Amino acid sequence: MSPPAGESPHWPAVGRTPRFRSPLLHAGIILGLIVIHFILPEYHNGNLARIMVLAVYAMGYNILFGYTGLLSLGHALFFAAGMYGLGLPMHLLGATPAPAFLGGLATALVVSAVIGFLALRTSGVAFMIVTLMFAQAGFLTVLLFGEYTRGDEGFVIQQAARQVAGIDLTDPSNRYFAALTLFGVCLLLIAWLVQTPFGRCLVAIRENEERARLLGYDVLAHKLGAVIISGTMSGAAGAAYALLFGYAGATFASVQYSILPLLWVLLGGAGTTIGPFIGTVFMFYLIDLASGVTSAYMLIAGLALVLLTIFAPQGLAGELRRRLMSWLP
Amino acid sequence: MDFGPHLILATLEGAITAAVISLTAVGLSIVFGIMRIVNVAHGEFFMLGAIIAWWVATAVGGHPAVGFVVAILVAPATVGVIAAATDWLVLRRITYDPERTIVATIGLLYIIQQATLMTFGPDARPVEPPFNRRLAIPWVEFGDGGLSLVWPWGLGTTSYKLAVIVAAVVILTALWLVMKRTRLGLIMRATQLDSEMAMAFGIPVTRVYAVVFGLGAGLAALGAVLIVPVQQAHYLMGGDPLLLSFIAVIIGGLGSLPGTLVAAVLIGLSDGIISVFFSPTLAKILATLLVAFVLVFRPEGLFGRRKT
Amino acid sequence: MTAPLLSTRGLSKSFGGLEAVRDVDFDLPEGQIRALIGPNGAGKSTFVGMICGRIPASRGDVRFAGRDITDLAAHRRIGLGMAYSFQITSIFARLSLHENVALAVRRALAQPHPAAVDQRVAAVLDRVGLAGRAYQTAGELSYGHQRLLEIAMGLGQTPRLFILDEPTQGLAESEVETFKALIRTLGGETTILLIEHNMRVVMETAEYITVLDGGRRLAEGTPAEIRADASVQRAYLGSGSP
Repeated sequence: MSPPAGESPHWPAVGRTPRFRSPLLHAGIILGLIVIHFILPEYHNGNLARIMVLAVYAMGYNILFGYTGLLSLGHALFFAAGMYGLGLPMHLLGATPAPAFLGGLATALVVSAVIGFLALRTSGVAFMIVTLMFAQAGFLTVLLFGEYTRGDEGFVIQQAARQVAGIDLTDPSNRYFAALTLFGVCLLLIAWLVQTPFGRCLVAIRENEERARLLGYDVLAHKLGAVIISGTMSGAAGAAYALLFGYAGATFASVQYSILPLLWVLLGGAGTTIGPFIGTVFMFYLIDLASGVTSAYMLIAGLALVLLTIFAPQGLAGELRRRLMSWLP
Repeated sequence: MDFGPHLILATLEGAITAAVISLTAVGLSIVFGIMRIVNVAHGEFFMLGAIIAWWVATAVGGHPAVGFVVAILVAPATVGVIAAATDWLVLRRITYDPERTIVATIGLLYIIQQATLMTFGPDARPVEPPFNRRLAIPWVEFGDGGLSLVWPWGLGTTSYKLAVIVAAVVILTALWLVMKRTRLGLIMRATQLDSEMAMAFGIPVTRVYAVVFGLGAGLAALGAVLIVPVQQAHYLMGGDPLLLSFIAVIIGGLGSLPGTLVAAVLIGLSDGIISVFFSPTLAKILATLLVAFVLVFRPEGLFGRRKT
Repeated sequence: MTAPLLSTRGLSKSFGGLEAVRDVDFDLPEGQIRALIGPNGAGKSTFVGMICGRIPASRGDVRFAGRDITDLAAHRRIGLGMAYSFQITSIFARLSLHENVALAVRRALAQPHPAAVDQRVAAVLDRVGLAGRAYQTAGELSYGHQRLLEIAMGLGQTPRLFILDEPTQGLAESEVETFKALIRTLGGETTILLIEHNMRVVMETAEYITVLDGGRRLAEGTPAEIRADASVQRAYLGSGSP
């Protein structure tokens, strides 16, 4: 058994990741999610489908915040770009899901490239405010074109339209596996990404930007890459959310939806592959329980944010890595 | 109404917004300037000011003026104490790290807002103004008999609205005197210049921070108490003042009080005037984009001097 | 004579009204160990800052490996074969030593296969005597070991020009000895530009010395020549020194 961190001078800290453990962990999670589907009651299966899609959003956010060290307060813009990029063509033009999904991805990619190009001229607090402002402008734009987006009220994507290759995505079981597919792909993608030279460089930038630059890394290009990957993955979550749950509304573009992934990632553990999922599960059920009691359920989110910043900035998976599993990717 | 009278009315309404935003923005700016942190919950302190004013005014009863006077004394002080307490309980413990402070104050925003929803409820509630005389405004018209003074219908304001503007000027002047002429002001300016040096000279920096954070929140609350007879108290009312003060602080040059003040007045006035011509949503989009682009391309603010 | 690996012409930098570096012409032939010395505030760090691209030059130009790099961003210059080790230790404190060096190695290798990277990292760590600590967290190292890691990162880049900014600052006497030995072994493999305060290190390792004073190039020569130079003694050693 490994000793706790700090005691042994030869403690195998971050860096010596046994190459089989990480794939095993991720495959295990995906397998577990398949098995659990046949055990859990309907209600929790529905929740879990939603959680997996939202966890994809959190994982996207984590690439930028957890691995690159850039704190964005405007990711709802990318989530909404994916959501409306898919939703509007389906709603207004009668597009089919597959090309519409690609449309959602493309929209999120373009939006994140533009925002990244602009916002990366700033850093630190200015970066946070700039992303917040751009996202707010995006949210207001959704309201401004209420004629098409139906603003706060949103629009429903009809059940008949949500069919892919003969699979009915409105069926709970199909929906679960569709969400799991997206989740699994993104989880493995990130697990692979963070151990590529590109991913390692992101961590280096997070830890010491000037040093990374003077090792010869193009810091700006790497950061822009991170914004685009992060934004596009968030957009994929937005598009999937609209497709699987049949609804797009302005709430998903609001500040609250920029704060939520930050909260999930902080709770679960920033800069870990599994942290975002853990955080999303916990927070989802916490808010689910609270909203049964009071309409002021966002109180829980607020308290969690304050307590996490004070007491556990590493999050759950971060603590796990620190105490037990130093190899955690 | 003609264009001219319309513009006067818009300018007047804008001047009131400017007065309130000046107070709120200066509060935000003091906190940023001295403590180097961004308080995202600033708008919620504004909202708390209005809510507490309603509680107090309702509890006191009697003539509206009595309730209002008590409220304007009690509400900002209470909010100031609450803010100082949060500084002590939360911000001090995360050592005022800029990014973690933003996350924590976002949390604070939700806590204050949702706690208000649980206690005060989702309704908007009015506070009666202490005095409210209607004042008509004359307009010059070129008619058959040459120039003549007319009193267009709907062109007017109230004595209370004018008093809001006067009050804001008085408060800001007093604040300026405190910062420039008193020992407290000196201590705050010393802390702003170099907190470590200030600490070395025996200034209790952590206590100064608590006072500054309380003062900043108190100013926002003061602005809210002034506006609540015109606007009503509501648990979501903190969003707009936060956005507008943010804009003022950023385009005025982060941490510069005169810059913030000039920007706040301009923003308040233009907010009134722009909303006459544009939809409020479009006006807000332009405002948020303005903040973003100023930060991206001119981080020293529109009025600031570029450092070489 | 072949062209020097690094050369500057009229290189100058002013901060506000103050000229930190004035019209420095400098040539460094490939394979040499060169020391850059001068009193505090002579402009040494500013000068190398302009060479590796951390600080933009106000005037003049820099040539490296046969091309003008004056307008090149820092990371591009590094890509051409420079390495810079920081005066104030700048490592990735929360990452392992292995990863610290691997970040340097990956950038330098054309094909960063994990096995190739691991092999090279192990070799570099072994060379600076930190092999046994490869999986320790860098921030937990002693100050002296952190300085060594800083140098290991430079070595991991396999540079053609290795700029060392005050590498022995704050080291204990025994650590300085280890460092000197290390520099001497590097002599045959790469070109070294060494900024150093410790005159013993300079005299015992450098083949050639450039002296800066008040932002200008004051003198240049072999250690023996510099030792004998009266103007250097005046400027560098100041009054009162023998």
